[in-house]
Amino acid sequence: MAKAASVQSKRLSKQQLAANFADLHPPLSAHEALVESDRCYFCADAPCQQACPTSIDIPMFIREIQAGHPTSAAKTIFDQNILGGMCARVCPTETLCEQVCVREVAEGKPVKIGLLQRYATDVAMREKQPYSRAAATGKKVAVVGAGPAGLACAHRLALHGHAVTMFDARKKSGGLNEFGIAAYKAVDDFAQKEVDYVLGIGGIVVEHGKALGKGLKLAQLEKDFDAVFLGLGYQGVNALGLKHEGAKGVEDAVAYIAELRQAKDLSKLKVGRHVLVIGGGMTAIDIAVQSKLLGAESVTILYRRGRDAMKASPYEQELALSHGVAIQEWAAPKKLLIKGSKVVGLKVEETALKGKKLEGTDKSYELAADVIFKAIGQNYVDVTAGALALQDGRIKVNDEKRTSRSKVWAGGDCVAGNKALTVAAVDDGRRAAESINAYLKG
Amino acid sequence: MADLRSNFVGIKSPNPFWLASAPPTDKEYNVVRAFKAGWGGVVWKTLGEEGPPVVNVNGPRYGAIHGADRRLLGLNNIELITDRPLEINLQEIKKVKREWKDRALVVSLMVPCEEEPWKKILKRVEETEADGVELNFGCPHGMSERGMGAAVGQVPEYIEMVARWCKQHSRMPVIVKLTPNITDIRKPARAALKGGADAVSLINTINSITHVDLDSFSPMPSIDGKGSHGGYCGPAVKPIALSMVSEIARDAETRGLPISAIGGITTWRDAAEFIAMSAGTAQVCTAAMTYGFRIVEEMKAGLARWMDEKCYATIEDFRGRAVPNVTDWQYLNLNYVAKAKIDQDACIKCGRCYAACEDTSHQAIMKEKDGKRHFEVMDDECVACNLCVEVCPVEGCITMEPMKKGAVDPRTSRKVGDYANWTTHPNNPMRKQAAE
Repeated sequence: MAKAASVQSKRLSKQQLAANFADLHPPLSAHEALVESDRCYFCADAPCQQACPTSIDIPMFIREIQAGHPTSAAKTIFDQNILGGMCARVCPTETLCEQVCVREVAEGKPVKIGLLQRYATDVAMREKQPYSRAAATGKKVAVVGAGPAGLACAHRLALHGHAVTMFDARKKSGGLNEFGIAAYKAVDDFAQKEVDYVLGIGGIVVEHGKALGKGLKLAQLEKDFDAVFLGLGYQGVNALGLKHEGAKGVEDAVAYIAELRQAKDLSKLKVGRHVLVIGGGMTAIDIAVQSKLLGAESVTILYRRGRDAMKASPYEQELALSHGVAIQEWAAPKKLLIKGSKVVGLKVEETALKGKKLEGTDKSYELAADVIFKAIGQNYVDVTAGALALQDGRIKVNDEKRTSRSKVWAGGDCVAGNKALTVAAVDDGRRAAESINAYLKG
Repeated sequence: MADLRSNFVGIKSPNPFWLASAPPTDKEYNVVRAFKAGWGGVVWKTLGEEGPPVVNVNGPRYGAIHGADRRLLGLNNIELITDRPLEINLQEIKKVKREWKDRALVVSLMVPCEEEPWKKILKRVEETEADGVELNFGCPHGMSERGMGAAVGQVPEYIEMVARWCKQHSRMPVIVKLTPNITDIRKPARAALKGGADAVSLINTINSITHVDLDSFSPMPSIDGKGSHGGYCGPAVKPIALSMVSEIARDAETRGLPISAIGGITTWRDAAEFIAMSAGTAQVCTAAMTYGFRIVEEMKAGLARWMDEKCYATIEDFRGRAVPNVTDWQYLNLNYVAKAKIDQDACIKCGRCYAACEDTSHQAIMKEKDGKRHFEVMDDECVACNLCVEVCPVEGCITMEPMKKGAVDPRTSRKVGDYANWTTHPNNPMRKQAAE
């Protein structure tokens, strides 16, 4: 059985931590960007653009870089995706634009679209944003949630001349960009810099510490504003459904990442020696890799199916493996092993597919652990008290992201069908804003 | 192993690769380095008449255009002829020739357009035992403002006159270097021949301004905010040079006149193409100025390897082989019908062929089949223009497939017939009764 393990801070020196949490993909230099942009074939009806959830005109922005005008390139990006800077950092390009790049298909080496987008947006974001507001319309819109969906919506509404009030439950704007993204993907406080950049258009007031069910009521917002956009994200975290989930050492990965992202001094974070991560998505990868970078001796991801079924892309899985994280497939948590009030390990049951159904095999083994992270997904909690129609447990919207209530739109993780990607949330926000604008001007 | 030796108007060199008259051949130090690296010959940078040497600008002399990774595609210069004293140049030429007897050493000359200065300098050059002289009638900048260089090269009568003086006052082979800054390259070549020149070399550089600085609005290279046109050379000018060489090679009057080719020669392949177009030697400058002298190793090895593959024992075995195939448009076979064909296995589905054909040509490529991204040529619209072949990023993916005689062209519904050209075409109001 598990030997004594400890959860402690200062596993690594500050210098080591700084090195570990440096930029995952260093940005391209100006010359590298020129050379890389020259690799783009400027395809007709480019597959990359079709694969982009925000339909950025990728061949055009790359051509603009090639022609020596990265700020024009950034404008092409921002026209579709005002959070193009963050998306350049966090988009799983290997499963979107770069996966269908004809050079990926032809030679296994796609044009580095993500890095080129980052180059262009980095250059542009050194200056003021290129947009100015239309004349004030006198219309007021409430945007609830200052995450990617809310920010994109608010920006587009402000652009059209509407007055936006944005509410957020937390003390800072940015949503998952600020609290959820792995630290090495958004270094140098980029999330906040981007929020400031987006808000730079003017006409957007942000009120922190307010959320639906926490000082805000949907009915009141509908009365006070001409339209409402909900970018609520997820509020709940899925549970394992095991005994002792509240024991010391059983942690919610999302909450820990939020703490990590807000930590001014990473060496003060408490880090386990032997860490288990339960789950197969991006959050599982992010917490596993970051645990390793924080100094955990061993980190193992347990996933109940095979690796090919993981939501995390092969690229992300590779990232974890290359950081020394082990991935254990066909492994389901069976029982939390507790000593005193602390977790000391996990009993794991081997799983197998029976036909299409995943079943336990009754074969089990025990793994020692001092920290077990739950990363088995998040869920939407209906904070509107049944005011909005739901679909598959999330808010039901039409193509224009309008909900069942005529003055209410919604987007991002809280709506049915959203793919839980930053870029998809941005697309929802922009589309909703265009629909709201048409409604307000109609 | 192929024999690369060259005998150009009696000037012998171990290989046909010469360094052209330019900065790389301005002094003993560079020329000796070049010979050590394996160059077959050099044309020493142009000497002027005795007296205070010319001066150069003290700011930038070069401008260039680049590919994406700073590959130098075209180079422009505003440097003049040698700015070193005549005496020193002559001493060095004599010394180098004595030490490198197996290499070609030709001296480029440019003096005022009067008989006496030419007579005088030829005598001095002869004393160095150099192998020959090249008359610089091509330099398009600076010297031309003083009635020399291209100012002479643009007047065939002057070319003939000076060439004649040179043959009269010297026993050395005389090569006339031609300027491309002229409408019809055959005129100066004919004049050189008439004047008794042994050969021509071409092309000299082309008038050019590489860019304009969009902040200062100065042409580049900028000398204190002003710029002057320079001479353009490098890979970008090769097609122009190749065409001009072909014009002289197939002109009834100049056919057979020895040609030393110059213009963007960068690899063995470029040299082989010029030789196939009848050139006897290949002069190189920009490639050496970009990469250093060592490139001659690749040139020699590449040319020899290709000659071995083709079973050409000597340069003469393939020299001029392309010339008979250069003809006038009017003699091209209008009954040669081809269709573009896209190799679906090689196609990477970028759609550049589609964009080019749909937007700018003949709407002969489809972009979708059975709801899928698919690029295919529609033979009933394809005029075989070759644009799709040239814009396709995958070499060999799109090919031009000639149609067999007797087959029906689905575009015109006409049968592919025997050779017939414009001269007898019914649409030609000037048509002849019989084909050529």
